[in-house]
Amino acid sequence: MANTNRPLSPHLQVYRPQITSILSITHRITGVALTGGAVLFSYWIMAATYGPEAFARAQAVFGSWFGQLVLWGMVFSLFFHLGNGIRHLGWDIGWGYELDKLRTSGWLTVVFAVAMTVLTLVVAYAAAGG
Amino acid sequence: MDMRSPLSRVRGLGSSNDGIHHWWVQRLTGIALVPLVLWFVFYGVALASADLATVKAWVGSHYNPALLILLIVCLFHHGQLGLQVVIEDYVHTESTKVALLILVKLSAVLLGACSAFAVLRLTFGG
Repeated sequence: MANTNRPLSPHLQVYRPQITSILSITHRITGVALTGGAVLFSYWIMAATYGPEAFARAQAVFGSWFGQLVLWGMVFSLFFHLGNGIRHLGWDIGWGYELDKLRTSGWLTVVFAVAMTVLTLVVAYAAAGG
Repeated sequence: MDMRSPLSRVRGLGSSNDGIHHWWVQRLTGIALVPLVLWFVFYGVALASADLATVKAWVGSHYNPALLILLIVCLFHHGQLGLQVVIEDYVHTESTKVALLILVKLSAVLLGACSAFAVLRLTFGG
């Protein structure tokens, strides 16, 4: 362990980005982002116990353009992490390690995450407007 | 050649010293979160622009408090298990790593407990 300057795998600078590696790191990034979402959820539910003014302030924070941007990022992260998490469960039972299946399930996860985010957006603004 | 002792092998704990426990609980909480999170997003979409009275009524109705507390427990448990792996992968200074792990794990318990208590207060409190 003396030489700490040795190159480390997976040699990101020489590998071409692929659907498998991109989704793998996205799973991790969205997972970390969602722990931030858990903190925001805590703030929201705890603000509700401090009365109408405190809760209205929290709702205003989430209702601002930046709050909305963060929330929609959370919704996308959630559906991506959920979809890819199910993909992981498939691997856990030994399903889908072949390259073609990996690519298909990978793209399916992307489509699922985008479609569910758009669906949630439509339902949310329909509910808020109607 | 197997360098492990028969006792080590039969315990099946490996180098992590807790065997498959971390992996298993991560899957278990992940599976539980699938329906819980879908349920919350389904109703949360309307709650995002609601006033306090509406949110309070929803939190306290039917078995929602129980489901919300289960969601909170699984969410914070799953989250801290995930952050633990990320920290262990990227932080190689032992003291920083242990300090971050303690911070993450205690924060998860604190925020989880406070959120669960908030659900109870919104349900039973004035």
